[in-house]
Amino acid sequence: MISTKDVSMRFGGLTAVSDLNIEIQKNEIVGLIGPNGAGKTTAFNTITGVYKPTEGRVIFKGRDITGQKPHAITRLGIARTFQNIRLWKDMDVLENVLVACHLRMDVGVAASTLHLPGYRAKERRSREFAMSLLESVGLADQAHEAATSLPYGKQRRLEIVRALATEPALLLLDEPAAGMNPQESLELMDFIGSIRDRYDLTILLIEHHMQVVMGVCSRMYVLDYGVTIAHGTPDEIRRDPKVIEAYLGVD
Amino acid sequence: MKIKRNTLLSLAGIALLAGAIAVADATLGRFSVRILNLSAIYIVLALSLNLLNGFTGLFSLGHAGFMAVGAYVSALLTMSPAQKDMNFFLEPIVPFLRDLQLPFPLALLAAGACAGLVAVVIGVPALRLRDDYLAIATLGFAEIIRVLITNAQSLTNGAQGLKAITKYSTTWVVWSVAALSVAFMLALVRSSYGRTMKAVRDDEVAAEAMGVNVFKVKSTSFVISSFMAGVGGALLGHMITTIDPKMFTLTLTFNILLIVVLGGNGSITGSVIGAIVVTVLMEALRFLDMPMNFLFIKTDGLPGLRMVIFSILLMIVVLYRQRGLMGNKEFNWDDFLGIFRRKGASGAGGRS
Repeated sequence: MISTKDVSMRFGGLTAVSDLNIEIQKNEIVGLIGPNGAGKTTAFNTITGVYKPTEGRVIFKGRDITGQKPHAITRLGIARTFQNIRLWKDMDVLENVLVACHLRMDVGVAASTLHLPGYRAKERRSREFAMSLLESVGLADQAHEAATSLPYGKQRRLEIVRALATEPALLLLDEPAAGMNPQESLELMDFIGSIRDRYDLTILLIEHHMQVVMGVCSRMYVLDYGVTIAHGTPDEIRRDPKVIEAYLGVD
Repeated sequence: MKIKRNTLLSLAGIALLAGAIAVADATLGRFSVRILNLSAIYIVLALSLNLLNGFTGLFSLGHAGFMAVGAYVSALLTMSPAQKDMNFFLEPIVPFLRDLQLPFPLALLAAGACAGLVAVVIGVPALRLRDDYLAIATLGFAEIIRVLITNAQSLTNGAQGLKAITKYSTTWVVWSVAALSVAFMLALVRSSYGRTMKAVRDDEVAAEAMGVNVFKVKSTSFVISSFMAGVGGALLGHMITTIDPKMFTLTLTFNILLIVVLGGNGSITGSVIGAIVVTVLMEALRFLDMPMNFLFIKTDGLPGLRMVIFSILLMIVVLYRQRGLMGNKEFNWDDFLGIFRRKGASGAGGRS
């Protein structure tokens, strides 16, 4: 599905990510973990086109997508959420999802402004799709409330729904459980598993807390100072001395 | 039911406004009619700047430049060859432009198109910048346009400007264009494309990640806005009947920006109300610039005093109503009728 080939990202003298080699198969849920500042989000940004990697290539569905613009990459089927929630604050919940639907509507300014019949049909379909997405996460009742008035946990869910509205094949979640208590995190992990099945997704998720991802991921990569120090199944990771060292330090 | 009622109310409102304009046009003096029509032109200009500033979040200060392009194009295209010969007495006009004469509606469209074309040329490099940097760049481009117009003697008659432009901007013409602009903006802003503009305004990074082609959306908005500015500039030229490069300085852009900010950044209703209020106040407060005689203090006239009033007004808005008169809300009948209903209810003993 997606693979990175020796991807490195340097900012001046700082190497945020070096020689990242990730390989994910279809319908897998893979975790990307590591301590603060390990380069997890930078890795995401190189995959989604926010940064152009200094070296290496990103291959998605057999296509080289290195250095393409973020919106073009989203069109190809990679969607993401953000670590610090980035909802559009002056729009309501439904509109937030509808903007993400725009990509697949394929309407220009003229058709859209003149409300031509073709546009109207597409707009109606988008609205139905957006509402069904909101319903599936229990946000349909709040469709017309301001997005930023939602409680934190729901805002996170809305971000995921918004990403789903672009109809992705690969979903990248950047710390979806940040700021959640253990109970909420568990529910979220169930939710992630369920959307994978329902929308036929492949998921790569960044998480800070190892316990949280252990349950949902089939495999995981561990980054520390930009270097991949381990990868394997949760059980292997749990026992890996290098991972323990990176997380807990050695005594 | 409710939707139908609101549509009927809107139709009635539009008919009432059209009637009011017709009565005003027929009964008011020339000076008052002129102010009325100037408001309509400012509505077009304010909406075009609001599209950039309020809906796409692009801070541009280049509006006067695009207006200048529109005003010159339309003026030159509608003048007869004889009129052009009279205007260009220092240096003759380039021959192909001398003989080119178009009917007013076509010239108006050409004015918008040319302003839009200039926007494409300017927008490609300038729209890579953000916030204040974009404002400075567009301001610079507007000045460049003005300097070019001043120096292209055989094309624009330079600093002498153009005189005796036909007065096509009648009440019906300007108010039709204003109504068309309002309708266009409403349709655009409420469409899927309009939503992507607002997404770019609120959070560019998120918009890009959700598949919005940010550069394309910004360019489109910039070009549409410039088109409208060009049309507005052309209407202004055909109303004042003389234009020269000095008209199109930053002050003009500032006046439009004042309307947008006072009315509410991101509100079409706000721009319409703001345009009318500011235009009328500009004239109504003119007495402040004249010599005044208070009981003990006499002044010999302080030119520019009314601009002080506007500055104070702007400060009050910035302090107490940061988002302008309307914020980013639009007028709608439910809220409007709601105001009366609430008052009625409290008058009747506060039944809930």
